[in-house]
Amino acid sequence: MAPADTTTRVQLETAVALVPGEASAPRSPPMTAAGPVAWLRANLFSSWLSTAVTLLLIYLIARWTIGFVEWAFVNAIWEVPNNQTQACRELKGIGACWAVVTEKHRFILFGTYPYEEHWRPALVILLFVALYVVSAMRRFWRKELVTVWAGALTLIGILMWGGNTAPGLLPQPWEQLLALALLLGAGFAYVRGWIGMVWPTAALVYALLAWVGPVLDMPYVSQERWGGLPITLILATFGLAFAFPLSILVALGRRSSLPAIKTLCVLYVELIRGVPLISLLFMASVMFPLFLPEGMNIDKLLRAQIAIILFAGAYLAEVVRGGLQALPKGQYEAADALGLTYWQKTGLIVLPQALRLVIPPLVNTFIGFFKDTSLVLIIGIFDLLTAGKTAIVEPAWQGFGVEVYVFVGVIYFMFCFAMSRYSQNLEAELNRHRRR
Amino acid sequence: MSDATTDDPRHLRAPPRRPIRLSWSDERVRGLVWQVLVVGVVVAIVWWLVRNTAHNLEVRRIATGFGFLGREAGLPIGEHVIDYSPTDTYARALLVGVLNTLKVSVIGIVLATIIGTAIGIARLSRNWLLARLASVYVEVIRDLPLLLQLLFWYTILQGLPGPRQALNPVDGVYLSNRGLKLPWIEWQGAHTAALLALLAGVAGAWLYARWARARQMADGRPRRVWPAAVLLVVGLPLAVWAAMGAPWTVDRPVLRGFNFTGGLTVSPEFFALLVGLVTYTAAFIAEIVRAGILAVNQGQWEAAQALGLRHGQVLRLIVLPQALRVIVPPMTSQYLNLTKNSSLAVAIGYQDIVSIANTTLNQTGQAIEGIAIIMAVYLTISLSISAFMNWYNARIALVER
Repeated sequence: MAPADTTTRVQLETAVALVPGEASAPRSPPMTAAGPVAWLRANLFSSWLSTAVTLLLIYLIARWTIGFVEWAFVNAIWEVPNNQTQACRELKGIGACWAVVTEKHRFILFGTYPYEEHWRPALVILLFVALYVVSAMRRFWRKELVTVWAGALTLIGILMWGGNTAPGLLPQPWEQLLALALLLGAGFAYVRGWIGMVWPTAALVYALLAWVGPVLDMPYVSQERWGGLPITLILATFGLAFAFPLSILVALGRRSSLPAIKTLCVLYVELIRGVPLISLLFMASVMFPLFLPEGMNIDKLLRAQIAIILFAGAYLAEVVRGGLQALPKGQYEAADALGLTYWQKTGLIVLPQALRLVIPPLVNTFIGFFKDTSLVLIIGIFDLLTAGKTAIVEPAWQGFGVEVYVFVGVIYFMFCFAMSRYSQNLEAELNRHRRR
Repeated sequence: MSDATTDDPRHLRAPPRRPIRLSWSDERVRGLVWQVLVVGVVVAIVWWLVRNTAHNLEVRRIATGFGFLGREAGLPIGEHVIDYSPTDTYARALLVGVLNTLKVSVIGIVLATIIGTAIGIARLSRNWLLARLASVYVEVIRDLPLLLQLLFWYTILQGLPGPRQALNPVDGVYLSNRGLKLPWIEWQGAHTAALLALLAGVAGAWLYARWARARQMADGRPRRVWPAAVLLVVGLPLAVWAAMGAPWTVDRPVLRGFNFTGGLTVSPEFFALLVGLVTYTAAFIAEIVRAGILAVNQGQWEAAQALGLRHGQVLRLIVLPQALRVIVPPMTSQYLNLTKNSSLAVAIGYQDIVSIANTTLNQTGQAIEGIAIIMAVYLTISLSISAFMNWYNARIALVER
């Protein structure tokens, strides 16, 4: 009995010893199956063709990188004393002349805005960026965002134009007090839930107009002198702010059962989408003045803005229509069954769901418009790209276009890349429930 | 037994027609009122604008109508596909502009499709470096305005050395600030005939393939198409060319004085526009192609391999037809975008329809007619491309039972 017992125990112990991870330390997989070497083998050198491609690309990338670093940093000239560009010209293209950017960056960013007032457009740029960041955060996606937008856009207008837009409109002290009282009253009433959001928004705009201008006491700067990045941001942001509501109406109209309204909306969308933006901008610059009665004149910037709004409205309408079509029919029918009116159904059931579906494509469309605002160059409006192009017209700085375009390109890229990354993350987040 | 529902007498009757009540609670009355209201407002606005315009034109003594088309244009055009001189009429100048737009669009669409497809496939490559490089390209190009890119390319081309120090990457090819110079054959009647023969050959090959397919459907035996196709597409033009004496004189660009003579010239404006449009659109096409290929289920690859098809066959017979269904609609809008974006030519001085119409309206002062011409041209091109692509899409769309 005893020997048999021992044998069993020995066998048992052997078996226990063979259980992995119990007696022996965990072993890592062989180097050829995991780790950097395996990764390299799988992703860069999986076959002779892949190896050849990798080696060729490494060679090319190394050559380009060295070339670029030499041009942009090693041989570059960063500053020249008072417009003496001979040093830059002697480089003959082997090095970048960043001096043009050092010299002209204020002009490229702010255009012909008065030099000592540059803090105002700079603040406007920051305000725009803050507005984008706030709007991008999902925790702020609520109705009050409209108030924030109204307030920010008012503030931007005040900063750009300045305090004394029209001397007669300078608010009296009693007006300032009234504005403050209205703001506090409306805010309180809104927090208590007595009134809707429209009133505090209006009160905020009024209070900003009454207070910010007089307090900061800024000299007036007319639109003709605005330029650079603020113009690009204004065209893109105001364009979106007005085109978006328009596009919702058009998209609803296109899905409407009323034939006349549907025809009008289809005609609008297809006509606008069939022609290039340039033709609309030309129309804005040479035809709008003919459309208006004598003596009535709209500023060039505003005309371009209207053209961009009409253009963006048509494209956004198609995106919104996609969302409306993606919504299950049952939602419409359920809303009808509840006896909701058309606008209740649309406002409470359809749009909240449909718009949520199309947020990522909306952001992509917005990237497109942000880039398309550069087309106003062709009708001579002073946006970022026009400012860059104008900066090198001066004889001393002619021929340094590449450096200026790289600088302007980096600015455009920062905005568009941020938006594109944001849209990708958002898409992943909103689709999380669909992923397995 | 027939379907129960058709027998049911209740379904044979049309729903009762409610008489229209003149009340706000009647849906049809509401709809009618809204439509009349909206159409009324639109008509009123349009009428107001037209009246203003008519008045303004009268006050400013601007002529109306398209009478100017028959007048002498007097505007020089650097590049023209058809014969043109400044003494020709505005109508001919505008036609030259349309042809220039079509030229850059067609060449751009072909090149962007090829390059975009290659980059899209490269993004899916198992080679990490290649895939990363392709995605960096796509991201950077898509995040920069096209106009900026065009100005950038144009600046680079203008910064090239003059003809005397022209870059000479391959024998006979010169790149200078006057544009790109390529060797070209001296065009003769035989070449035109060969080109026509090529077109006829393509049409013949297509008809033969159709016939072979119809026969296969009828008797089930597959027929080889490629020998006849090669004969028709390659053999026929060669035979025609050889029959007409096989003329072959290469016209090489030669530096004479301050510029090149001979050869084929690609102007810096056209070159910059083409490079800009192609690189820009290729980035968008790459994304479309990638999405299309990814949309084909992995099971389709595996099933096709299980049937014993080779890699190329799987791609050609199984994956591509399914991917195309996803690719074609967005590709259409990219082609339309490229065509519309070619209007940015005006910024770098390539004389397309927008540029020439713009000059025309500046010379004649007839803004409305000029812009109407631009819009009409683009609407026609857009509608033609989308009609063609819709037809193609319908052909390759999923045929469901």
